[in-house]
Amino acid sequence: MSSTVLLPPRHYLNDGYGIRSWLLTRDHKRIALLYLAAITFFFFVGGAFAVVIRLELVTPVGDLVSDETYNKLFTMHGVMMVFFFLIPSIPATLGNFLVPLMVGAKDLAFPKLNLLSWYIYVLGGCFTLYALIAGGVDTGWTFYTPFSTVSSTTNVIPTAFGIFITGFSSILTGLNFIVTIHRMRTPGLTWFRMPLFLWSLYATSMIFVLGTPVLAITMLLIAAERLFHFGFFDPRLGGDPVLFQHLFWFYSHPAVYIMVLPAMGVVSEIVPAYCRKRVFGYPFVAFASVAIAVLGFLVWGHHLFVAGESPYSAMIFSALSFMVAIPSAVKVFNWTATMYKGSISWDTPMLYAIGFIGLFTIGGLTGLFVATLPIDVHVTDTYFVIAHFHYIMVGGAIMGYMGGLHYWWPKISGRLYNEFLAKISAAIIFLGFNLTFFPQFVLGYLGMPRRYHAYPPEFQVLNVLSSAGASILGVGYLIPLCYLLWSLRYGRIAGPNPIGAVGLEWMTTSPPPTENFPETPIVTWEAYQYDAPQEHHVA
Amino acid sequence: MLPEAVPHRASAALAHQFDTAGQQKEAATLGMWVFLVTEILFFGGLFATYLVYRNWYPEAFTTGSREMLVWAGTTNTFVLITSSLTMALAVHAAQLGQRRLLMFFLVVTMALGCVFLGIKGFEYYTEYLEHHVPGFGLPFHAEQSQHEQIFFSLYFMMTGIHALHMIIGLGIMSTMLWWSYRGIITTEYTNPIEVSGLYWHFVDIVWIFLFPLLYLIGRHVHG
Repeated sequence: MSSTVLLPPRHYLNDGYGIRSWLLTRDHKRIALLYLAAITFFFFVGGAFAVVIRLELVTPVGDLVSDETYNKLFTMHGVMMVFFFLIPSIPATLGNFLVPLMVGAKDLAFPKLNLLSWYIYVLGGCFTLYALIAGGVDTGWTFYTPFSTVSSTTNVIPTAFGIFITGFSSILTGLNFIVTIHRMRTPGLTWFRMPLFLWSLYATSMIFVLGTPVLAITMLLIAAERLFHFGFFDPRLGGDPVLFQHLFWFYSHPAVYIMVLPAMGVVSEIVPAYCRKRVFGYPFVAFASVAIAVLGFLVWGHHLFVAGESPYSAMIFSALSFMVAIPSAVKVFNWTATMYKGSISWDTPMLYAIGFIGLFTIGGLTGLFVATLPIDVHVTDTYFVIAHFHYIMVGGAIMGYMGGLHYWWPKISGRLYNEFLAKISAAIIFLGFNLTFFPQFVLGYLGMPRRYHAYPPEFQVLNVLSSAGASILGVGYLIPLCYLLWSLRYGRIAGPNPIGAVGLEWMTTSPPPTENFPETPIVTWEAYQYDAPQEHHVA
Repeated sequence: MLPEAVPHRASAALAHQFDTAGQQKEAATLGMWVFLVTEILFFGGLFATYLVYRNWYPEAFTTGSREMLVWAGTTNTFVLITSSLTMALAVHAAQLGQRRLLMFFLVVTMALGCVFLGIKGFEYYTEYLEHHVPGFGLPFHAEQSQHEQIFFSLYFMMTGIHALHMIIGLGIMSTMLWWSYRGIITTEYTNPIEVSGLYWHFVDIVWIFLFPLLYLIGRHVHG
């Protein structure tokens, strides 16, 4: 590739300037960037809370913040990260950008709904930020009753409304993806020629559509209970606080798969591209996504093992939770088999993908620990659980997100980032992450409970290690923010397909034109044809 | 180079992201069906709550049902079913391009929707007079006060959210009426009427479940 490549004269970024051309856009690519800006903001807000939490936990006595402030810190960290970063992260940014490109369409099926979903997201974010500024909320991100409905004196209602509202943006995104994947695929793009990223987003959208409404009604019930004292979750009136837990986890367990399924889809794109091989066992990887989405709806009861659930339900939920390991393992084995005898290049996205596979495996296997009844009773509400789900959500979902962001950055921006800095920061994130969260497995197993701002002195060494890791991790996240922004203006021009990947999104210019393709493409080839000579390129 | 190309194209009512009117129509219909699935799960949370407490407190729920105005609920059921019929006739008129008939049926549908809300409002007022409204710091009286409060709370949540859907439906129908008047709806472009109809029928069906659950089941028990 010569050094004289130029940006295409006309692309979605220079198709109209000024604030109106962005805030009223219906172009899925611009909406993806709006989402990218918004979720990055919430990521760093949520991260700031984590920084204060880890600073507090450097010493065994609660000295930096009061216990009440600490309760608010971990609540706001959870709410921001889960509902305003992790859930929209890959679907709303990379998904929004890529779904129409990957199906060869000009846009999503409902561009106005897509823009509306961003405004709904921002409105929900405003409610939650208001709750934060008005003094925060201290229930934990799980809003367990009766504390959240009767006892807590903090801003539960604005936070609940913020989550309720934001849920509709998830629903609209999921609805748009389902309809687009069903109805907008370009001629020749059969289901089994689709990139696996689309399969995983399809499975994610199923959860968006089936799970989010239940969260919405649950949040309404919480608000109604607080405002009117109806008694649904109040034992004094014959209500059942555990019913809330059922309703909440019916959404919030599948929500974990909302976070990790898109990351799996990203890894399924990166691994073949950097190994120059077709994905091993395509249909198995595709159906594994759907299987995870379906099984994900049948396991919520494993959050209630210590909530007085009957032993028979508990055993069934335990067994069903074990079953999720099967499609998850299918994916891990298939990625590994794809790498076997591939010609692997160790570029930044591949580093993230490999990081994902390793960390997801640890997170997933410790998930089996907590799905096992006796072990769960031992580690419930300890740092073991914290470490487990951070291995999935940070080690899994965010690794996948970062990998995808780097992989498609040249397509999104038309420019290349600094590969050296990117590799360094990928390594920093990996090391910082493990230093932060691995000690928490040990802490939890030794019995340190979550959600306290003080702890016995014998836990200090491990806590200091964890806090040191968090500071490294924080630096690791700041470096990409800098070099990616820098590359927007000063990065080398990427050209349409800098790494020679296959897939429709690489067959148009970088950045793509507003209508994505000059002519509707017709697909006559299978997915991931890295072993076949490349003939199908657009100039 | 790409091997072949399908020409892009369009009529006035075809949005830029679609290739054909058929594709646009299929997308709109599927989109509404998917949305209705989310609605089923939204109401599903309430139905699940109902199921749990009905099992726990059957007597309180029976007593609660007996205090409902069954004539009002029955009338409303007929009103809504009739409005579904007029909605279906509106869709039919749109497909035949009979604009005046379409507007007539839309107006009748909206009128029936308003009758439903009026009767519902009257019921709410009666509940208020009988001190059956929980919350708001109002006095609450019932034979089995604690558990019946849960029944009435569910009654107001479920019918209230249903009524909210009716109000949204009236907003949609007003828009459809305006679009029909403006001639935006043509025989080539009936999607908005059809998907609005799907929504309207769905809201009716929710009532078809709410009516027996809240008014009828258990009325005859214990004389």
